[in-house]
Amino acid sequence: MRVTRVYRFAASHRLHAASLSSDQNTELYGKCNNPYGHGHDYILHVSVTGEPDRRTGRVVDIAALDRYVHERLLRLYDHSDLNLDVPDFAGVPTTENLAVDSAERLRQAWPFQGASLDRVFIQETDRNTIELQLTKG
Amino acid sequence: MLITRKAEFSASHRCYNAELSEAENRDLYGERASSHGHGHNYVVEVTLEGEPDNITGMVVDLKLLKQILHEHVVDVMDHRHLNHEVAPFDKVVPTVENVAREIWRRLEPQLRFPHARLHNVRLYETADLYVDYAEAAAK
Repeated sequence: MRVTRVYRFAASHRLHAASLSSDQNTELYGKCNNPYGHGHDYILHVSVTGEPDRRTGRVVDIAALDRYVHERLLRLYDHSDLNLDVPDFAGVPTTENLAVDSAERLRQAWPFQGASLDRVFIQETDRNTIELQLTKG
Repeated sequence: MLITRKAEFSASHRCYNAELSEAENRDLYGERASSHGHGHNYVVEVTLEGEPDNITGMVVDLKLLKQILHEHVVDVMDHRHLNHEVAPFDKVVPTVENVAREIWRRLEPQLRFPHARLHNVRLYETADLYVDYAEAAAK
């Protein structure tokens, strides 16, 4: 059984690959390469798989999951510049890399025994979503 | 091919395990353990997997699917208090996980069509919390 909790954060970013020329970046990323960056209201789905505990009827304590996601991700991402403010962010802050970064940060100190991190789904805009499946469905 | 039909129902519930003390319930479920319960507008998305029929071009007759969904889920749970009026929630805590599993159990026997089977039940308790449930044997 999979439980999904939905979170929101507002962040800015600029898509720019340091290894490419200015022209190549403009060609590749278009307006996403504009020099001062731009922002999105991101929607993040965190999915957890497991069986409901016999005593509680719950796969995971939602309040504890909320605290964990706030501590590991939202505290860093919300109202920040993903290029400049998030420590150790690897690569260009595309939604793809943001999903990888989110999954990695969530995995690092995962405290929920019997419940596995299954999926990170990020909606950058209504028309642009990335889904990262972490376990075999 | 997957095809999904959505339905909504409004119900009240209380997350409370009678085997635990008041304090343990309060600690575990917080305000969701409040004595008289509270309600949600649940949204259920029922997904079937199958192939379109050669003649009709349909995986499943959507009128029939809607009718089954209403008869076995919506009519049973809509405007009800799950703990008091819908079995097995007199004995099983009606968390969103357990309600999703119960919806699967009620629907799966009704959705064994020649070209389609129940694939997934997604139940939203709120816009920000949902469960996906599927039993492997029926896939």
